[in-house]
Amino acid sequence: MKLTCLSSGTGYQYPPCHILEDVCGFRILLDCPLDLSALSVFSPVPPDNGFVSDGESSHISARDCYDKEQEIRKRQKFGTPLHGEDLIHDELWYKTVKNLHLWDPSSIDVVLISSVMGMLGLPFLTRAEGFSAKIYVTDAAARLARLMMEDLVSMNMEFQYFYGPRESGAPHWMRREELELLRPEVKEVVVGKDGSELGVWMPLYSLADVMDCMQKVQTLKYAEAACYNGTLVLKPFSSGSEIGSCNWTIDGPKRNITWLSCSIFASKHAMNFDYDALRGRDLVLYSDKQFLPLMDEVQSNDASSTIPSKDLSDLSRCCSADKDDWKKLSESLLSTDEILEKEKLDFICSCILQSVQAGGSVVIPYNRLGILLQLLEMIPVLLESLAADVPIYVISSIAAELLAFTTVVPEWVCKPRQEKMFSGEPMFSHVDLMSKRKLHVFSAIHSPELLTTWQEPCIIFASHWSLRLGAVVHLLRRWGGDANSLLILEDGVDADIALLPFKPLEMKVLQCSFLPERRLPKIECLLKLLQPKILVLPDDLKEKLDFSNPSSDKFPVLYYTEGKTLCLPSSPEGSVDLEIASVLAERLVWQTLEKHDVMYTRLEGELVMEQGKFRLLPGIARADSHLSKTKEMKTDAG
Amino acid sequence: GFSYPDTDLDLDLLQSVTVQPPAPTISLLNSWLPPSPVMGIECLVLGAGQEIGKSCVVVTINGKRIMFDCGMHLGHSDDERYPDFSLIDGSLDCVVITHFHLDHIGALPYFTEVIGYNGPIYMTYPTKALAPLMLEDFLRISVGRGVEEKFTADDISACMKKVTPIDLKQNIQVGKDLQIRAYYAGHVLGAAMVYAKVGDASMVYTGDYNMTPDRHLGAAQIDPLELDLVITESTYATTVRDSKHASERKFLKAVHDCVVAGGKVLIPTFALGRAQELFILLEDYWERMNLKVPIYFSSGLTRQANIYYKTLMSWTNQKIKDTIALQNAFNFKHGTTCSLHFSVDNFCWCRNVNCVVSFDRSQINAPGSCVLFASPGMLSGGLSLEVFKQWAPSKVNLVMLPGHCVAGTIGHKLASGKLTKLYVDNNSQIEIRCKNVNLSFSAHTDSKGIMDLLKFLSPKHVMLVHGEKPRMSILKNKIESGMGIKCYDPPNGGVVKIPSVTVHVKAQTTDSFAKSCQSPNFSLSRCSTSGAVFSTDLTSPLIVSEDRISEAILFMDRSKARGVHKEELELIGSGEGKPQVVLYGHCFPIRSDNLTKATGRLGLSGNRSWLKVLALELSHLFPQTNVQNMGDFLQVGSFQLSVCLNQSCTRRSSDVPGVHATTCTYLCCSWCMEDEKLALAIISSVRNSL
Repeated sequence: MKLTCLSSGTGYQYPPCHILEDVCGFRILLDCPLDLSALSVFSPVPPDNGFVSDGESSHISARDCYDKEQEIRKRQKFGTPLHGEDLIHDELWYKTVKNLHLWDPSSIDVVLISSVMGMLGLPFLTRAEGFSAKIYVTDAAARLARLMMEDLVSMNMEFQYFYGPRESGAPHWMRREELELLRPEVKEVVVGKDGSELGVWMPLYSLADVMDCMQKVQTLKYAEAACYNGTLVLKPFSSGSEIGSCNWTIDGPKRNITWLSCSIFASKHAMNFDYDALRGRDLVLYSDKQFLPLMDEVQSNDASSTIPSKDLSDLSRCCSADKDDWKKLSESLLSTDEILEKEKLDFICSCILQSVQAGGSVVIPYNRLGILLQLLEMIPVLLESLAADVPIYVISSIAAELLAFTTVVPEWVCKPRQEKMFSGEPMFSHVDLMSKRKLHVFSAIHSPELLTTWQEPCIIFASHWSLRLGAVVHLLRRWGGDANSLLILEDGVDADIALLPFKPLEMKVLQCSFLPERRLPKIECLLKLLQPKILVLPDDLKEKLDFSNPSSDKFPVLYYTEGKTLCLPSSPEGSVDLEIASVLAERLVWQTLEKHDVMYTRLEGELVMEQGKFRLLPGIARADSHLSKTKEMKTDAG
Repeated sequence: GFSYPDTDLDLDLLQSVTVQPPAPTISLLNSWLPPSPVMGIECLVLGAGQEIGKSCVVVTINGKRIMFDCGMHLGHSDDERYPDFSLIDGSLDCVVITHFHLDHIGALPYFTEVIGYNGPIYMTYPTKALAPLMLEDFLRISVGRGVEEKFTADDISACMKKVTPIDLKQNIQVGKDLQIRAYYAGHVLGAAMVYAKVGDASMVYTGDYNMTPDRHLGAAQIDPLELDLVITESTYATTVRDSKHASERKFLKAVHDCVVAGGKVLIPTFALGRAQELFILLEDYWERMNLKVPIYFSSGLTRQANIYYKTLMSWTNQKIKDTIALQNAFNFKHGTTCSLHFSVDNFCWCRNVNCVVSFDRSQINAPGSCVLFASPGMLSGGLSLEVFKQWAPSKVNLVMLPGHCVAGTIGHKLASGKLTKLYVDNNSQIEIRCKNVNLSFSAHTDSKGIMDLLKFLSPKHVMLVHGEKPRMSILKNKIESGMGIKCYDPPNGGVVKIPSVTVHVKAQTTDSFAKSCQSPNFSLSRCSTSGAVFSTDLTSPLIVSEDRISEAILFMDRSKARGVHKEELELIGSGEGKPQVVLYGHCFPIRSDNLTKATGRLGLSGNRSWLKVLALELSHLFPQTNVQNMGDFLQVGSFQLSVCLNQSCTRRSSDVPGVHATTCTYLCCSWCMEDEKLALAIISSVRNSL
């Protein structure tokens, strides 16, 4: 079996993408994301041009005009700080997974999706010629992903209106001479560090592609088993990071694999991380990179600095604890996360409050449903304590459907929210907020309802977090000059480039991670508890995690590198279970080896593969003929 | 010496020289083969045996004990009301409730809080949400009638806290051996059929189910499963119901005729399930016919239920789910709170249905016609009975019984036409003059549906519960004669034992065995015997045979059975033609640069020095063993290890562990069966350390 890491990703927004080869002869693609952070090399649609189209010719001239202007600017400004004009002024193209296009789509047998973000690139694959793989995804993730993709398509429309119909062939910025003119910061994103990534850019898929993709996926509930070709049993288990997100187990006759994606120990909204179900596998592939601290932070007041590290010593002590203490240990794993997450969100809320008190508005480009839901619960409580009448808006083409969706998924949310449902209360408070008219949901920034209810200061959740698409762009232009206003960005966005088109920016910017980093000792602890026979980790964890300490639960650890193929050894015993029908077992004719307590027999019957297991069933005609043959042989011997 | 003969194990030779198993090995074999008779499945019927009411079956599958449903009998008020739990011998592993009707869940609070069952309880999300409403409503009615029940409202909430909600198709592992899974059953919101499996034995308990979709629920759905037993309900064991349209028309016509003539229509029904279904139907009709006659709902129960129905949208049928998907939002999009009314239109519960209002007792004798949905069904008490007493004497009124009525209830008497007089209290009685219609709107499957399900699942045995005795035995005969499946219909207290036949014994096989199994090796041959299955023409049938399996040999030693590919074996010490020992082999690569580095440290070079390094390493790792360096190979007990230069070594593993073929050295090992553990330990530590 081989593992190829196509892209190690950047975290939640751009999860890693892998290919597993020869899993009992099948090829499995793990996730198919889109690198949306790369959109930052494009310039948003200019402010003075609305999104009302007025004829084709003007678009083309608009584009040409920009081209020339840009060229002159770039030549002049080389060596000066990066400017908004240095970005690419053209229709958005999207960056797909780096090495995926090197693989023949028709050679993929199975696609497993771990999260909504891991599905955003899927329509590119499903529309590829010859693609016929089975795609498995959880029911909730599929529905959320459809919304996200539709939102992308609808936001992308603005660019299409502005730049007019797509030119055939490659866009102008892909031409070699144009690439040479790009600033190094921009060029690195466009062509990649090693210059190999130009081929991965694609114009966005259409709504029809999305629909086609959704029809090809097979949706599963948590812990529902899908059996591929009788050989592989695939099961998703909740990962806690988002509604519908999951870790997968792949059980074949030769080995059991756990693929651990981005997981959160205790979620405030989604079903908890189900790690119990992942224990005792032959191989654990751990691909989560989210805990890695990010270097670029716009402001130093990162919430993570406020978090005490008192719990760490407790945890490392836990790691050496007995296996009997499993329960206690898992409780400690859960509890610490909860505190950390709460503190982070409290910090964010306090910043929001400060801005609002100073008369400024707050823009939160939401990217995680969970954070949106939690902030929607926390902010109104704070506002109430101030007796301030500050409306909250959610602006997105899918906002209403997204929020409605969260009211009908009790099977996918965490225990406390399920309890709310059972006692007849709404699971999330936004239902109440909307009916009390404290929360307003609009499909677009220019919707007439918005204009009639508009009130400042306000708190706005809007898409898109890349700051290139959607309502956020317009809001940043509106409040960019207001020093009291606040923009909240999540870690993982390169704020330097992302904010370029809005400079000069007076508005405050808070960039912090919305969720607690998984502390390394915790991960170490978890991986030890899962007790795999072989552990596969990303190579950047090589220095950070230490599995070499002499303890009884030692297991080999392999490290994978982006773009490289790693051979995974079979388990040392090399044994495969075989189930023999008792009817058959009873009529086997045994022979004994002299002086040894050992018996042997030649096997017979019909070998079948069912539910990932080899089974030997009595064959119909052959079994009889064989039996008579052995009998004959026996009589001969006698 | 130690060598690698290229010859395969000569099986025929083996067979010719070996002797019959001596006594100790026979006992070894017996412990491997399944115990005879096999454990199988044992069912103890505590309720709903040859009757309808208090569904409760305790099933023991290969030693694991599950209780399916824990219902109460609404037709009894004495001890017969509850299943006789004292018959359970031993402890239960879990309780599974199929749906929220009282005859399936009514005894649960009594069982957990009074009898003291403390294990896991499973039910679907809607059942967990709606069951407390049913139970509390039942208690209210009982208290209203002055009947003392065996559990309290506190017991209900304490009991429900212990329930683990489950989703459809979710695999639930109960302990180490028992696996359960729920399938969609139609019938009511959240109704489930339950699949249970222990070892090789598996079964399905259907609960109540409906094989035809209705207005708010889908039809039952289940995977093709290999089953030893299906326990199915048989409410309509002999009835083949009219098409739904016909009964719906009949229902609407009866209601229409009555309200047009100024009469009042009473529809006694459970507040959950049928009420919603019929309401959708009526409301649709009202709109089409432009009727203004008010439709009342009797209790706040419906309001609460509707809130749950909204949250649990995904448990309704596909049509409703699709309309939701198309809609951008639910009712709260317009800023209104959730309305208490249940509406068919996009299922959004807030249409301006002016004619639907809540009902209070003062309106019972208000003039004018109306339609009233009142709980409980079957006229067993509460508001529906109270209203019935008021409305029954008038000829223009109509009582619609939309489902099956349990024997012993007033509803049952009315439906069977035996009710002409009814005591209102001890000394006054009323005459029953109103019309009554009993339509089977019940969401149970009919006999055709039962047969369809059984044909689809084709289990080895069938057990009927939840039906009336005479009809059940007709169905039983039909199943046994028509499908050739053994069928049982035990009474309450009865026990049915079913041997489990799909038993497997376990063996382990080696990697190369599995590999050879994955590449099929078909061969075609002509065969003249008449018993052949794959025949293309009558004179000389063509046999497709597949020879992979005959390349395998199964070994059995003290610990386990192992399947081995014949190429992996060799015999040594076969002097005098008698094989002494069977050797297993494994050839695996390690990184040569690591090895070279290690030898370099010792100032040595060459293959022999590698063995020296390995010998040092092994004696360090396994201090309790004696590692001998024999020059060409290392020996630890019967375990031998040497550097393998044979490119086509039959023992070679193709799975290369993180090293490239050019930079690795292969080590070939062999060992006797008795040193298997040691050999695997050595191999894995050599692999990990180098």
